[in-house]
Formats: sequence, structure tokens, C-alpha cells
Amino acid sequence: MLDLWGARKFDRCAAKDWWGACSLTSGMKRIFEGSEHLIRLALVAAVLVLAFLAIRYALIPRDFGKYGHYRPGSLTEIAARTPVFAGRDACASCHVDIATAKSKGPHANVGCEACHGPLGRHAQDFTSQKPVLPDTAKLCVTCHEADSAKPKTFPQVVSREHAGDAACGVCHNPHQPKL
Amino acid sequence: MDAVIPNVQGFMYPNEVQLTWSVLIVVYPYITGLVAGAFILASLARVFNIAAVQPIYRLSLLTALAFLLVAPLPLQLHLGHPERSYEMYMTPHRTSAMAMFGFVYLWYLLVVLLLEIWLDYRKDIILAARSRTGVMKWVYSALTLGSRNIDAKSLHVDDRVGWVVTLIGIPSAFLLHGYVGFIFGSVKANPWWSSPLMPVVFIFSAMVSGIAVVLLVYETVAHLRKRPIDMACLDTVAKYLLYIFIVDFSLEMLDLVHRMYEANQSFRALDFMVHTQLYLSQIVLQIELGTLVPIGLLALVQVGKFGAILRRRIYTVAAALTLIGIFFMRWNVVIGGQLFSKSFLGYTTYKMAFAAREGLLPAIALLILPFPILWGLLKLLPPWEEQKV
Amino acid sequence: MDLSRRELLAAAGKFIVLSGAALEAFESPTGALAADSKYRMADHWWAMTIDIGKCIGCGNCVRACASENDVPEGFFRTWVERYEVNGEDMEHPQVESPAGGMHGFPVRNTPGVKSFFVPKLCNHCAESPCVQVCPVGATYVSPDGVVLVDQQYCVGCGYCVQACPYGCRYLHPTKHVADKCTLCYHRITKGLTTACCEACPTAARTLADLKNPKDPVHEFLRVNAVQVLKPDMATGAKVFYKDLDGSVR
Repeated sequence: MLDLWGARKFDRCAAKDWWGACSLTSGMKRIFEGSEHLIRLALVAAVLVLAFLAIRYALIPRDFGKYGHYRPGSLTEIAARTPVFAGRDACASCHVDIATAKSKGPHANVGCEACHGPLGRHAQDFTSQKPVLPDTAKLCVTCHEADSAKPKTFPQVVSREHAGDAACGVCHNPHQPKL
Repeated sequence: MDAVIPNVQGFMYPNEVQLTWSVLIVVYPYITGLVAGAFILASLARVFNIAAVQPIYRLSLLTALAFLLVAPLPLQLHLGHPERSYEMYMTPHRTSAMAMFGFVYLWYLLVVLLLEIWLDYRKDIILAARSRTGVMKWVYSALTLGSRNIDAKSLHVDDRVGWVVTLIGIPSAFLLHGYVGFIFGSVKANPWWSSPLMPVVFIFSAMVSGIAVVLLVYETVAHLRKRPIDMACLDTVAKYLLYIFIVDFSLEMLDLVHRMYEANQSFRALDFMVHTQLYLSQIVLQIELGTLVPIGLLALVQVGKFGAILRRRIYTVAAALTLIGIFFMRWNVVIGGQLFSKSFLGYTTYKMAFAAREGLLPAIALLILPFPILWGLLKLLPPWEEQKV
Repeated sequence: MDLSRRELLAAAGKFIVLSGAALEAFESPTGALAADSKYRMADHWWAMTIDIGKCIGCGNCVRACASENDVPEGFFRTWVERYEVNGEDMEHPQVESPAGGMHGFPVRNTPGVKSFFVPKLCNHCAESPCVQVCPVGATYVSPDGVVLVDQQYCVGCGYCVQACPYGCRYLHPTKHVADKCTLCYHRITKGLTTACCEACPTAARTLADLKNPKDPVHEFLRVNAVQVLKPDMATGAKVFYKDLDGSVR
């Protein structure tokens, strides 16, 4: 009787276990004899795993996981964005007189861009962006129109009663609004 | 591009108004549930040696495979960047149930399902590789992985290893669908989802839906092949469907009663939602038509004495209603969990698109797709003796 | 062609070394904050303080954030809610947030109710549930305490959106990735404050650095009754509210 490799097989076994295998060594050999297809399968699996690892090596940045389970490059990318608002310090560096006047009044802590909108480009190069003067008829009531939800200590008026149809800028200087 | 603004009642956080997870995310747990359920039927035959269900052993495995192959597709359609989905395997985040599920899926597909099918069919594949011609000869030859050994020793090895694989497959099937339940059940931000019962409910409803689908597939295939149905098999399958359904229903009722009794902050919002937004899908379609009626019908068969034809008709109706009911159970979990605000002060509506990427049309297509795949598998790997070449 | 064994080994060796080098060339660039930056992440642990008693519901913060960060229309990285609480009925506050408060609020002067504004944003949780569920590592807590999204890596699954108890995340409608407040990371790493704090006219919102011993946040936390949103979720939220009413969801 010939086995898979054409070799002669002799049944040397004195006692067999429930698997049909003999002693450990010749039993192991018998298991492998019947399992040649499983070994092939294991080899296919091993090749697939190696391929996966190679692809992973190629695709994932080497420093992934440096600070935590993420790509550290992301921190740089997010931080590299250009700010749109300049910030009050930037405005004060050129518009000294307005900044000084404002700092003495109730609008001291109101940022310039809170009313004038984002002016980051203007702060970098004032010719690149011309600021548009806000319309005090519409701007001021956003904050100062009386509403029960606003804090009682916050200056607020019913604009109709307070000024009729007039724009706030008619009487109040936005940088020094106290009359 | 963005179509309809949903109707909001009350107050919702501004970002909650549009739903993040669509009907595709309903289809996905539904399909993986069918896989797990079909596999449990196969394991009843192989591991628990229930002779009556032996005739559908191979059919259950192929049904499970057909659905498992389709399972990733709703996810790919939903992802904002499906071309990056490989990242879940390359850099899985170990605290994320979704990432770990990718490996559970892969394990189940390769080490359990494909391996078991290959081992069970190996002899047939090799015989086919020997006797077929043309393209199919190459296909079968490739499937043999180069080995042509079908002597008694190797078949015995196949049988023992296959038994071990099925044994491992049972907890793997529980893990497969329990994990999906855990993906929802572990989200503390959402009180409709957050529950330790969620994985268990998902597992049992998966088994119910899987058994129902195999029952219907068996009836359909027998009808198309004009072969008689093994009624002992069908009766046993229907009996298991009933038992597991009772457990599933009890678990869902336990969850409901518990919520109603504790009546905490979230409950009042959820209770209102169930009686308004989800009335049709939860009360009518899931509970009444989809659970109580099938359980009633199946129980009727157990206590009454009906002839074979009538029993078959009852089983068909019960299985079809079950499939509808379990689909809506998934709907109520996924969509229902997004209809209420996390402020518990308001509700939104789900405006399901039709022919869009995440619309009803692709959802229906994905639910139908496993059947042509199954047809192909049945042609490639026929489960029946007389079709062996 | 007849290769001697030595020649074959030499060729194989060259091949292995060169392909390894080629793989290195394709390697994605390493990431750390730019080498010339003076900003050191380890020196900071960012947070924010919000004083409900100062918020006037002007919506400046919402508009400023939208301009600064190109926030898509209909979605909000920050928003303001208006609450009306009727006496002892804390279970049923009337809440509204029209367009997130971007254009302010319609005037209401409902008599006899307690009303106030609540600005909200990402709480940059130290034990963030959104980071916990991300399957690929696209969202993370930075070493300086800011929860960020790597939009080049995010697959857009939406799990983080579901996991956030505060509703501060969304899927970007055109980029198809998760998006949310970045605490203006690109500003705070350059010594500026966030856009919302810059625009706030009453200093209701203030950026805080818990690692800076001179930061006013330490005094704020010491002298005031301070709350976080949904403390039962145990997220380690780092947006601290002063005078947050118990009815706030």
C-alpha cells in the first residue's frame, strides 16, 4: 500500500487511540498524512497575513501612535490653519487712539472685530482688505435690545421707545458710547 | 444638494436635527443577524446532532455565507470615505466596538464559515475538479488549493476539524451579532440604546430571523426543484423558531417593563416617542404583526393537529411576518434612537431618500442581493446528493 | 544567463535594500508640530469657562466661529440656547435655539419666568466618549487637552456623532468627515484666543489654561459655584459653567 508520496506504508502500530493514530511520533506522521490539505490552507493563510502586514507597513505613517492612537501629523495640519480674526491686540497696534479711547469706556472689553467683523487679512496687510463700517441702526440692538433673558445689570433699552427710528450712532459714539 | 429639512417638534440640539445613521445602518445589523441565525441552525445539525434538521445543514451554511458577503456593503455605502475603510484593519482602535467588530467579522467569515464550508464540501469540489471541463474546471481546481486527496484518512480529518470549527462557530456566531448589539448598547449618550440587554436581544432576534429565512429558503428551493419537503425537518425548524422567539420576546418585554417602572428622565421622552413617531413601526409592525402573530401561529401548530399542507402554509406566513418584524426591530433601534433629542425636549423626523446613496432603493437592493448570490453558491456547491457530478 | 550563487545573493541583497528604501520614500511624512514653533503642547491643558450671568444672547460667538472655521450652513460648532423656566417646573423648560442663535434671538419678555442664555460647544472631555468609539483613531485628545478630528484619516462612519452626549458633533455635508469645535487650535497655539471668546462682548466666554498657574480659571473655579453639562455621564468635561441652572439639559 502506497502513501501520498509513493512510499511504502507498514502498519507497525500495536495500539491506536480514538483518533486512529498510533504512538505520538508515528501518530503525528499519520495526522500529517491525512492533513496535507490543511497544511496547504495554513500556508495560504500565512501568505495572506504577510501580505497584509506588508501593505500596512507601506500605508500607515511610521509615527502613528506617537502621542496616542492617531496620526501626529494631524496636529500640525490643524494648527497650520490661518486665523481669520486678528484679535484685539493686533488692532491696537495700529489704531492706538481708538484703542485708548475705547479702553476708558464701557466697551473696553468689547473686541474690535466683535463689531467690525473678521479683519485678519487687514491686520496682515491693510490694503488687502478694506473694513466695512457696520450700520449702527442694525448692529447695536443685537446686544442692547431689552430682553428678559439678558442679565438685569446689562445696559438694555426698548429701542423703539428709546430712540424711535433713529440709528444708535446718531447720539452714541460706538467707541465711547457713554453720553 | 441637501434636500428636505426634517420637522422638529420641541427643542433639539442644532446638530441633532438631521439623522446621522440611515436605513442602511438598519439593513446592516439585519443582514448580520440573518447570518448568525442561519449558522445556529447549521450547528444544531452538526454539533447537537439533531438529526431532523440534517437535510438543511449545507443550505444553512450557504445561506449564511451569501448574507455575510453582502453585510459589508451597506456600511461601505454609508461611510463618508469608503476608500479609507481599510484603516479599520490597519489601525483599529482597541476601545472601539466598531473596530473590534471588523476582526470578529473577518474571523467569522474566514476561520468559521468559509473553513467549515470548504471542509464539508472538499470531496465534492475535488470530484468536480476531476470531472468538469472548461472554466468551471479551473474554478474547482483553484478551490482544491492543489490538494486532490480524498482518501478515508483525510476525510476523517475533515470531519473532526469541521466539528471543532462548528463548535467554535457557535460562540463566534453569538459574538458576531452580540457585538453589533454591543455597538449600540455601549453608547451611554443614548438611553434608547444603552443597555446590557442590547447584545442579548440582538442575538436572540438574530437567531429568530436567521431560522425564519432558512425556513423560507428551504421551502422556496424545494418548490423550484420540485422536490418534496422533509416535514420532520420543517416541523423541527419551526419548533426552534417558536422557542427562541419566546425568549426574544421575553427579553424585549423585560427591557420595556423595566423602563416603564423606573420612569427616569429619558423615559418620558421615549415613551411619548413610541406612542407617536414609532407607533406604526414599533407597536404595529414589530410587536403585533411581527412578534405576537407569528408566536401565536407557531404555538397553534404545537397544540393543534394540522395536516402537512396547512402546517407549511402557517410556517410560511409566520416566517415571513417574523422577517418583517425583526427588520422593524432593527429600524426601531437605529432610527428610533435618533428621532429624539438628547435634551429629551424634542423630536425630529427621518426623511428617507429614495434613489440616493443612502436611500430606500439601495437598501432594498442590498436585501435582495444575497439571493442571487445564494443561487450562484447553490449552483457551485450543490447541497444535494443527486446533483453531484 | 548563468549566475553564480554569489552573484545571485548580491543581486537579492541589493533588491531587498533598495525596495526597503523605496518603501521609506513612500512613507507618509512624520508629524509633530512644526519644528520652528515656540508652542509646546506639554505646557498647556486647555479648558473654557462660561459665565451664564454674563451671556446676553447676541450670537456673536456663533457668527465668529462660523467665519473663523468655515462652518457649513445648518451645522454648528458652537451655539446658544435660550431657556425659560416656569417656577418649580424644572422638568419642562421652554428652550429654543433659532439657527443656533447665530442671528440673535427674537425678543421675548415673558412675565414671571426665569430666562437665560446658555452657550454651548464641545466640552473637550478628558474622558471623551467620542474618542473611545472612533474605530480608526481619527479623533483624539491632543496632549494639550483639545479633542480634535484628523479629517485626512476619518472614514465618516458617524459613530462619534452618536456617542457625544452633548450633540456637538456632526458629519460635514461636503467633506463627509466628522467635524466639531477645535477650540480654535490654530489660534490658541499661536497665542491668540478662540474666535468665540474674541467676539464675546461681555467676556461670558473665556479660554482657560489649567496648566498655567497665572490663569484666572483657578480663581474662577475656587470662588464660584461651577457646573459641567451632564455630569452623570462622567466625561471629564472641561467647559465649566458658572450659575448653570438645574433645568439645563
